Amino acid sequence: MTAVTQTKSTVDTWKALPAWFRWAAIAAGGVLLLSVVQSVSGTELLTTSNASSGMLRWSMPILFAGLGGLFSERVGVVNIGLEGMMVLGTWCGAMGAIELGPWGGLVAGMIGGALGGLLHAVSTVHFGVDHIISGVAINILAPGLTRFLSDRFFPQRGGSISQSPPGLDGLGDFTVPVLSDAFEAVSDWDVFFVSDIASVLEGFVTDLKWFTLIGLLLVPASSWFLFKTKVGLRMRICGENPSAGASLGVNVYLHKYLGVVLSGALAGLAGAFIVIELTGLYRGGQTQGRGFIGLAALIFGNWKAGGILTGAMLFGYPFALSLNDFDASGSGVGTRALLLLVAIVLLAYAAWSWWGQRDLSAPDTKAPTTPTEAYTQTVRNLGSYSNTVLASIMGLIILAWYLFTERAAPWVPNTMPYALVLIVLVFASQNLKPPAAAGRPFRRGED
Amino acid sequence: MNNSILRRLGLSLAAPALAAGFALLVSSIVLWLAGSSWIDTYTEMISTASKLETMIDILNRATPLYIAGVAVAIGFKMNLFNIGVEGQYVLSAFAAAWVGAQFTAPGPIHVLIIVLTAVIVGGLWAGLAGLLKVTRGVNEVISTIMLNFIATGGIIAATLPYAIDDPTDPNQGTVKIAESGWLPNLNSWLEVFTREILKGRKLTGMFIAAIVLGVAYNVMVNRSRFGFDLRSSGMNPTAARVGGVPPKKMILYSMLLSGGVAGLIGMPQILSTNHSYDQGFIQGLGFAGIAIALLGRNSAGGMAVAALLFGFLDTSSAPLQVTKTASPEIVVIMQATILLTAVIAYEVVNRKRQADEVRRAALATEGASA
Repeated sequence: MTAVTQTKSTVDTWKALPAWFRWAAIAAGGVLLLSVVQSVSGTELLTTSNASSGMLRWSMPILFAGLGGLFSERVGVVNIGLEGMMVLGTWCGAMGAIELGPWGGLVAGMIGGALGGLLHAVSTVHFGVDHIISGVAINILAPGLTRFLSDRFFPQRGGSISQSPPGLDGLGDFTVPVLSDAFEAVSDWDVFFVSDIASVLEGFVTDLKWFTLIGLLLVPASSWFLFKTKVGLRMRICGENPSAGASLGVNVYLHKYLGVVLSGALAGLAGAFIVIELTGLYRGGQTQGRGFIGLAALIFGNWKAGGILTGAMLFGYPFALSLNDFDASGSGVGTRALLLLVAIVLLAYAAWSWWGQRDLSAPDTKAPTTPTEAYTQTVRNLGSYSNTVLASIMGLIILAWYLFTERAAPWVPNTMPYALVLIVLVFASQNLKPPAAAGRPFRRGED
Repeated sequence: MNNSILRRLGLSLAAPALAAGFALLVSSIVLWLAGSSWIDTYTEMISTASKLETMIDILNRATPLYIAGVAVAIGFKMNLFNIGVEGQYVLSAFAAAWVGAQFTAPGPIHVLIIVLTAVIVGGLWAGLAGLLKVTRGVNEVISTIMLNFIATGGIIAATLPYAIDDPTDPNQGTVKIAESGWLPNLNSWLEVFTREILKGRKLTGMFIAAIVLGVAYNVMVNRSRFGFDLRSSGMNPTAARVGGVPPKKMILYSMLLSGGVAGLIGMPQILSTNHSYDQGFIQGLGFAGIAIALLGRNSAGGMAVAALLFGFLDTSSAPLQVTKTASPEIVVIMQATILLTAVIAYEVVNRKRQADEVRRAALATEGASA
């Protein structure tokens, strides 16, 4: 029993620390793991400034989509249509950027996504259509609509049915003057961990996109809006207990509409970011399921803005790394090192969950009399350690994969985000706390 | 009394009619905005569809769409969203093409082994999502979406290099299946009723399989013990559990079944047209299947109508492009509009029906007390 209370108090001490310190500690722990893993694997790709700045860039669309999902699910509407709204955002963003420049693209992308959100709101909130069904319909509609619009508008502007004219300008970037040089100097020392942290930070402050800065500011802004303002409180009650909200005079429909339209606007922003900052043109199918990864980041982040940012970085990292990793020289060595990282995390989790479970469930030690009894007893005893068993098996498989290959194939980084989501869900599904009424229909005057 | 039956009949017909009318209206507006003639577009679509060869195209397209609809509907009956039909059928078609190319056997056996491979792979891939749901509480919508990406971007990308026929060919495909593993086409049967089918069009043998599947689905859902358990656990899991139907088992079974049927979606391509899996393998049928199941309200007959409608729209897009009457993408807009308005209309009609029932009940009790 004492061990349990001890673990509890460790958790309490951790939670009592200031938030910025906890986040910094997690980030530093992450970099430490990266530098250990990469020095073991004999590569230096994992903590380069290229990798960290790429991670920041490529996690932005996931972050925007995830925040979009946050606003929608916090008002109780599940939004599978994020992907489709993002597609609308890419097209409108490109069109806006062609006609009005980068800011025009940004705003147009948001409007395009918001229109998708409005459609979702009308069908789910007003007509009570199942949220998943409506989202699927939007995902089918958006690519067809954008192709139709491209066919109508892009050929005479130098594009085609599948893409816009290339070379759209972004909002530009900037380098933080003193810090960037300082971090670069430290990263040149080649000291284990210290230089790694410096070069990661260098990536964050060098050639930083203004658009990325906007995105990072959206994280505290969303948190503040949802958790500290009156409107945010009213929105959240629509996601937790709409009937109670209605009885207190909250206009449930209005707040649901607001949340879903905002959600669409953020998804559209994600699309606009891809177009004007990452690729410089609209191309059919360029979202590549990032709306769904955003949804995954939302779940990973436990329906909180800070968690979504963490999830977005985590899911954006393998892809950003692969951009540097799969050129002529690298070809998968860095991604292979990531496998070791995943294996270490899984095995550490296995150990941790064994430690936590150790005293909670006393194993059945009665001597078995028949083979059947022995078998069921073993299964029962293992059952209470199912997390430990599962995590160790998965960890060992991935460790073997790491040990018996020399480099990872190009499909590994592309698949990793999705696999990570499944792994996280397998272990954390029961601990996650989605808004209580998410996905349920609400009709005025009922319940 | 008579009046109320008429009203109910009218209500159930109202939804599809409303959806079709609204979709026509929206696409006419879109066409008008895009500067194309909507009359010419519709005439073009109907005149092409009335040719025998185009009808074969429509049936060939509707066949996998219908199978996809059934696969999704099995999940829907149990209140499960199998968004993963997409990944399940692509993965199983790949596996079936690979296995089928490894050997030759007498015709029926070869075909049977290919089909069985597809069904088993599809079932297992869907069953994984079911297993995650019942053992770890992972929502099937999220897990099947992730499994879609893992199947196509991960497993197929990882194993395709070992199955490839000719590495220099840009259209990287598996080795072609030997002719014993081809499914005979139905042209000779069809030509009994019609003139000779020209232009090399062949009606896939899977068409028969789709019809059999539809009948089997109908019997299974409406006439079998399993179907009753399925529907009751879908409508009210708690009540079903009290009635002795274990919900976890039903979730697992229905996912396995849904995935197994999903395995058949790719069979027209593997058994009838391409005989191999390559980069051009048709994708998106799984998502279209969701649309078919929704439009057809999970009923065998309704889904058949929906599949034919979507098949017709899909085959209309190419002639529109050739004749430059309108942008071919107009058909996708039509499909999505039909889908959205149909689900909204069904919902509205449903509410009307409920309100009617409440009113009737109120009238009846009033009459009784008076």
